[in-house]
Amino acid sequence: MGGFDIETEEGRQEALRRMLTIRAFDSEAGDRFADGEIPGFVHLYIGEEAVGVGTCASLEDDDYIASTHRGHGHCIAKGLDPKYMMAELYGRAEGYCNGKGGSMHIADVDAGMLGANGIVGAGPPMATGAALSIDYQDRDQVAVGFLGDGAVAQGQVHEAMNLAATWDLPAIFVIENNHYGEGTPVEKQHNVDNLSDTAQAYDIPGLTVDGMDITAVAEAVGEARARARAGDGPTLIEAETYRYRGHYEGDEEPYRDEDELERWKARDPIDSFKERLIDRGELTVGEFDELESEIEAEIDAAVDYARDAEPPAPHEAYDDMFAETPPEIERFATAARTDGGERIEDSRSTSDRSRSEGGERR
Amino acid sequence: MTAQAERELETETETMTVREAVRQALREELERDEDVYVMGEDVGLFGGVLEVTSGLYDEFGGERVRDTPISEAGFMGAATGAAATGTRPVVELMFSDFAGVSMEQIMNQMAKMRYMFGGKAEMPVTVRTTEGGGMGAASQHSGTIHTWIAHFPGLMAVAPGTAASAKGLTKAAIRSDDPVFVFENKMIYEQEGAVPTDEDFTIPLGEAAIEREGDDVTVVATQRLVGESLQTAESLAEAGVEAEVIDARSLYPLDTETIVESVRKTGRLIVADESPLSYGTHAEIVARVQEEAFFSLDAPIQRVGTPDTHMPFSTPLEQEVLPDGDDVREAIERVT
Ligand SMILES: Cc1ncc(C[n+]2csc(CCOP(=O)(O)OP(=O)(O)O)c2C)c(N)n1
Ligand SMILES: [Mg+2]
Repeated sequence: MGGFDIETEEGRQEALRRMLTIRAFDSEAGDRFADGEIPGFVHLYIGEEAVGVGTCASLEDDDYIASTHRGHGHCIAKGLDPKYMMAELYGRAEGYCNGKGGSMHIADVDAGMLGANGIVGAGPPMATGAALSIDYQDRDQVAVGFLGDGAVAQGQVHEAMNLAATWDLPAIFVIENNHYGEGTPVEKQHNVDNLSDTAQAYDIPGLTVDGMDITAVAEAVGEARARARAGDGPTLIEAETYRYRGHYEGDEEPYRDEDELERWKARDPIDSFKERLIDRGELTVGEFDELESEIEAEIDAAVDYARDAEPPAPHEAYDDMFAETPPEIERFATAARTDGGERIEDSRSTSDRSRSEGGERR
Repeated sequence: MTAQAERELETETETMTVREAVRQALREELERDEDVYVMGEDVGLFGGVLEVTSGLYDEFGGERVRDTPISEAGFMGAATGAAATGTRPVVELMFSDFAGVSMEQIMNQMAKMRYMFGGKAEMPVTVRTTEGGGMGAASQHSGTIHTWIAHFPGLMAVAPGTAASAKGLTKAAIRSDDPVFVFENKMIYEQEGAVPTDEDFTIPLGEAAIEREGDDVTVVATQRLVGESLQTAESLAEAGVEAEVIDARSLYPLDTETIVESVRKTGRLIVADESPLSYGTHAEIVARVQEEAFFSLDAPIQRVGTPDTHMPFSTPLEQEVLPDGDDVREAIERVT
């Protein structure tokens, strides 16, 4: 195993730490979004921590994951640094994507994190592609594609599974069934009882596990990984879970009631894992509290870092479109640079873009 | 016709936002014609993520305001099949970027069926979708893709810049027997304007509107840039430059005549549209003007649009690439 193996005591401590980090990061992200410090959309992972962390616990460090719009948890589970994640949410130059991506597109390809994704259902084909590279070059890795219950309705998800199954690629598809796609309950989106039943169409193993139980998730993914590495192709795992927050921050949640939320909270993935560790004598309440405050301090520091970090300079908007910037774009970059494009608050008011050649200016 | 004159033909108007104007158009058409129904992701109970369809589910029920699974390819195809077989679906595609998922059914089926079948299929389908940057929604939720649709033979495209045109064009789209895409810029949903209340008020596809008259320069704008160009025109008037601002409204068909006539009068043209600059909507308008009014031009035509980048997340980057009223002002100043 790579970073952490929950069959070991050390690994279990790390798993707990990562779940707590996700919860603290996302509570903070929600609050800072409410304050207006974070623009755009944020989709929080609170309640679903056992799925991402349980999955990554059974992966090696260099395995790949392709995430979803609800991606903060996957990033932390994979070992990304909350500091640079928060900087990305704040749109800072030091963020994982230099401020170009934001919450919905955090990525760290070198760390095997192929990106949160704004397109529902786009992760699984990417995982199939990573598995293709692995298979092609005979590397000892696997690729996981995360998807929501809602995403199971996307054609490209099924095409990806069929391709991976047909070519016996080392892919694992993990459905995070949190029972809603935005405001629409899973029963109104699908006709099957278990979303894992769709695996039958591709003649691959499909199983449904308790996504509030990190060990159940880790075990299923561990077996799927072994199968994938043995050359036996992909597995579809459905993890039943629940999101405690709205679909996105600001969602008024007209579609569900408080009782339902409370029923799931009673099975909280962090509480139950903590209890288990205490029962095993691997953790005391005091140690847990200490860990929690340590993590809170880490997240507070991440927010401070993000707040203080520089926003990108306007001309940086023109970087990264291509390996080699074509003249069509370069002329705008040049104009922005000559505008004295040192990081300024409002690029609009300071721009007096050159009136030189050409009839085109934006 | 000037927008003012057009509105004067309508005896009664009400002030409302673009969002309310689209919703009113949908409500009136749902009431008028039983074959019309709305479908899309979370358009029902949830009321649409940008709240355009809010309340319609309660009024018309789940059969006529239908929540779909997250299956853009499937429901875009279903709408195409349904339109060919006697009903009039109005699809909401939550963000125009998701057209990527449904493009096959749009390009090869919806756009081609009537022609390939020798005119033997009707295609009365409307697709409403949102476009544009400005809310930090990043590259996969901020695209302005109307050029793809306006370019593709067999599809019609409209892109309203005012509340009145949002209502009139949406109603015309639904009543049309052809596939019409309505591109709603998400940053102007809260913009208010006078909207005719007559239930039969529609704006014919292919008619632009002169929102402000002026003799010195013509600005052909779309969507958010209509309002911003009007503001710019007011500020320039103080400096003695009178801009004529035209809301193109309909991209395909395009009202070449209104635009050309204006350029004959002013001799100068700015085209302001949020789509990427290369190979785009701007180019089409420019081409038509030079074909018909080349000798009336007194200065090079200017384009105001998004440089060829995607919409970045970070606010200063997004503001850098997003075209706005200041860019229109600078373009006017370059040629007047
Ligand atoms: C192709 C596409 N269609 C629609 C959306 C809008 N959207 C974003 S998240 C979401 C719901 C996704 O539900 P699910 O897959 O269950 O994931 P969850 O949000 O529950 O984690 C929708 C419809 C999108 N981002 N991409
Ligand atoms: Mg879901």
